[in-house]
Amino acid sequence: MEPTDTSNPNYYHRVVDCQWACPAHTDVPEYIRLIAQGRFTDAYLVNRHSNVFPGILGRVCDRPCEPACRRGRIEEKPVAICRLKRVAADHREDVSGRLPKIPKVKNGKKVALVGAGCASLTVANDLMPLGYEVTIFEQFGEPGGLMRSNIPSFRLPHTVLNEEIGMITGMGVDLRLNTPVKSMRELIGQGGYDAVFVGSGAPKGKELNLPGRTEGSANVHIGISWLESVAFGHIEKIGRRVLIIGVGNTAMDCCRTSLRLGADSVKVMARKPRGFFKASEWELEDAEEESVAIVINHSPKSFVMENGRLAGMLFDRMEYDLDAQGRITAERIVGEQFFPADDVILAIGQENAFPWIERDLGIEFDKWDVPVVDKVTFQSTRAGVFFGGDAAFGPKNIIWAVEHGHQAAISIHRHCQGEAVSERLAPGMNLQSRKMGMHEWSYANDYNPLERRLMPHVSLKERFKKLNIEVELGFTAQQVEQEVQRCLNCDVQTVFTAKLCIECDACIDICPVDCLTITHNGTEAELRERLKAPAKNLTQPLYVSAGLPQTGRVMVKDEDLCVHCGLCAERCPTAAWDMQKSELRWPHAGDEAVALEAKKPKIA
Amino acid sequence: MTFLAKPKIAHPSLPKNTLGLTRRDYEGALSTLCAGCGHDSITAAIVEACWGVDLEPQNLVKLSGIGCSSKTTAYFVSGSHGFNSVHGRMPSIAMGANAANRNLTYIGVSGDGDTLSIGLGQFCHAIRRNLNMLYIIENNGVYGLTKGQFSASADIGTKAKKGETNFQPPIDPVLLAMTLGATFVARSFSGDKQQLVPLIQAGMKHQGFALIDVLSPCVTFNDHEGSTKSYAYTREHYEPAVHADFVPLEREITADYKDGESLPVVMHDGSRIVLRKLDTAYDPTNRTAAAAHIQERMREGEYLTGLLYVERAEHEFHQVNQTPAFALNSIPYEALSPGKAGLDKILARYR
Repeated sequence: MEPTDTSNPNYYHRVVDCQWACPAHTDVPEYIRLIAQGRFTDAYLVNRHSNVFPGILGRVCDRPCEPACRRGRIEEKPVAICRLKRVAADHREDVSGRLPKIPKVKNGKKVALVGAGCASLTVANDLMPLGYEVTIFEQFGEPGGLMRSNIPSFRLPHTVLNEEIGMITGMGVDLRLNTPVKSMRELIGQGGYDAVFVGSGAPKGKELNLPGRTEGSANVHIGISWLESVAFGHIEKIGRRVLIIGVGNTAMDCCRTSLRLGADSVKVMARKPRGFFKASEWELEDAEEESVAIVINHSPKSFVMENGRLAGMLFDRMEYDLDAQGRITAERIVGEQFFPADDVILAIGQENAFPWIERDLGIEFDKWDVPVVDKVTFQSTRAGVFFGGDAAFGPKNIIWAVEHGHQAAISIHRHCQGEAVSERLAPGMNLQSRKMGMHEWSYANDYNPLERRLMPHVSLKERFKKLNIEVELGFTAQQVEQEVQRCLNCDVQTVFTAKLCIECDACIDICPVDCLTITHNGTEAELRERLKAPAKNLTQPLYVSAGLPQTGRVMVKDEDLCVHCGLCAERCPTAAWDMQKSELRWPHAGDEAVALEAKKPKIA
Repeated sequence: MTFLAKPKIAHPSLPKNTLGLTRRDYEGALSTLCAGCGHDSITAAIVEACWGVDLEPQNLVKLSGIGCSSKTTAYFVSGSHGFNSVHGRMPSIAMGANAANRNLTYIGVSGDGDTLSIGLGQFCHAIRRNLNMLYIIENNGVYGLTKGQFSASADIGTKAKKGETNFQPPIDPVLLAMTLGATFVARSFSGDKQQLVPLIQAGMKHQGFALIDVLSPCVTFNDHEGSTKSYAYTREHYEPAVHADFVPLEREITADYKDGESLPVVMHDGSRIVLRKLDTAYDPTNRTAAAAHIQERMREGEYLTGLLYVERAEHEFHQVNQTPAFALNSIPYEALSPGKAGLDKILARYR
């Protein structure tokens, strides 16, 4: 193999599994260390820089970081990254003095954002400090989009939501509530905006057209619209027996909300076996803790009416053949079964819908009637019109919408400054040694075998009393102190300098997880086989050094299970190994602005 | 050294031996030697070797004298028996232990100072008695623990860290052992575990005294330019002559060895060492010719390495002295102690 090019920012970025998996590239290990030091406000701001809504995401993030966490490969359970984020948000001090300053003199550019959800708010957050005049159009009477309408308040309290949204709207955004945009033509034509960003989400719940759907419509609800009505106080009750169709995260919110509105028998009906559920494992756990029954292998067949009222639903009982990889190879119906119900909630997916965008404006839609959006610039086929969040590529989650917002803000800034939107700043990487003394590092490098802490919940007796009692209590001080120690500090990289190595084998002998080998070079596939511990996880890269001075062999490191304990560097007599903190420079609109400013000729 | 103990986590795919133990189960305490010390590598090789021959930790006895080398017995197989003895006196402790219990595996770890200066007499007599043990010399050419004075194995012309040159001839433990009639004599290098691990395994299985002189650079006092025992110098002047593959009893020889190039030596327990000649002119079974060859290469400044001499002999200490085939602690007290009447009878023989 060729020597690994560690000057490519992607190399060390990828080693930090959580940061690599996070759409917004949050510097997770850094904020966990800050929490460990009790610097909650600093930890909050590290978060806010990347993901904008730490208090919200610390409760309801989809947490792509946790399945990626290296700790989950070393033991079973990853670090409770998401819940530590909440710790920073819950215990921080007032940050208003440390938010970006908004210039009094504006730059003369006006931007319209459609929908006050997480994507639009992120765009506003990035553009306001640059002097833009930003207007947000929101159809409802409160900002927040899906975060407010679809996430029940027992998971995300309104106080948290209001405070973090307030940090952005408080920057001087022109927020127009109860103002749905009815026509894109009008917005573009008469608004006088230099750019338009569409962050209107995926507001249309999928329909289930089965016999009896129309007749039963009084008691058959579309999940996201129903949650929305609950959130805004239009619905306060539901029948005793409720069936939820679908097992995504919306289904989990629907079933738990039903329990708080008077239902006492809630069943989530799944067409397939457990391994195929779309809901996150932890949301399933929380629902099951509240005695929601999850019924597998039942495919909806019809709505059953009795005396002009919904009586229940008929299902086909399914059977599946699975292959060794757990994929379905065959399915068949083995019977049918009736489930009585007073209400049925459909939670089988949602789509974006743009009835208000005229199709002759140069904004192209594809064959599924979804706008054609560039995956990097988020620009539509009409220059100056951008899409982000669920509106761009269909339903994802908050953290993706935030990153879409960051990227769209870069594009909007470049567009408004007359620069090509596709020529963006490349990410950068900074490395800094953590060496303090002989065997001292400015991070805690001792591996702590503690198991993942469990989130304490409000008792089952208490939590149903009101709709908005937050179920998760947050970690206790002792839990925080323990959970932070589980982080492996993957951002403190093992940096190797081949020309200093004397091949004494000290690092290889001390490595607790056998990830180092000195050997003659070869092809990757063959090299992976003859390492001290074969590198079977192909998703994790191998580091290969340049030829070593004494024998010409190479140092190979399998990044997979490195616990970043730094023992290789402690044992190294020549400091060929060093532990260096990698700091990703992931550009935002502010960085683009600085770079563009630097390019302008200086006037003496 | 490090300040942290090696964490007790391990690679999930770490292989297990027939006892269900991984390599990690054969480790010992945290090393306090200098970072990069060759001795730590030898420790790792011993760990690997013990794991590889499915040695039950409680059946191992590790013995040492005084010096950097002698500290290392603490760093491997913590479940075994150990004795850290007086400077240069490890062989007599080993002798006593071995006499009392012949059924254990004995590894003595010593240094060039402990063996070739203060303990030279003990070393020679252990060979002469053909004590059944593996004797490892961690040879770095300096007294590391007292800040790097030349030891008895320092080569003529080698330079100390401060610049003085050594003019006294070295004592070569390999040649010395061959002269004294040792039946297993090897030389290796701490930086070559592929060679060292099978040698340790073969040495443990060899019946009689087995010597491995391991060149083990002192990273603090003898790893500079001008030293003949630095990492760089050793690598340049290191000439493997015979490679020994150790084949345990239960494993079949699968590699296809050509006649003349390989030589299987069957050990007393039925396991085998397969010698592979890397230098065709070299004969590891002919004591006189081998010694001459080693000396010749030494004159040219080369370290000939590998299993340099091996012979299956029948004169191990217990055989010569016709001792009982079991450990003394398994003999009932009544049989072991003659009682007053028995003692009187013995004493009467000397009157």
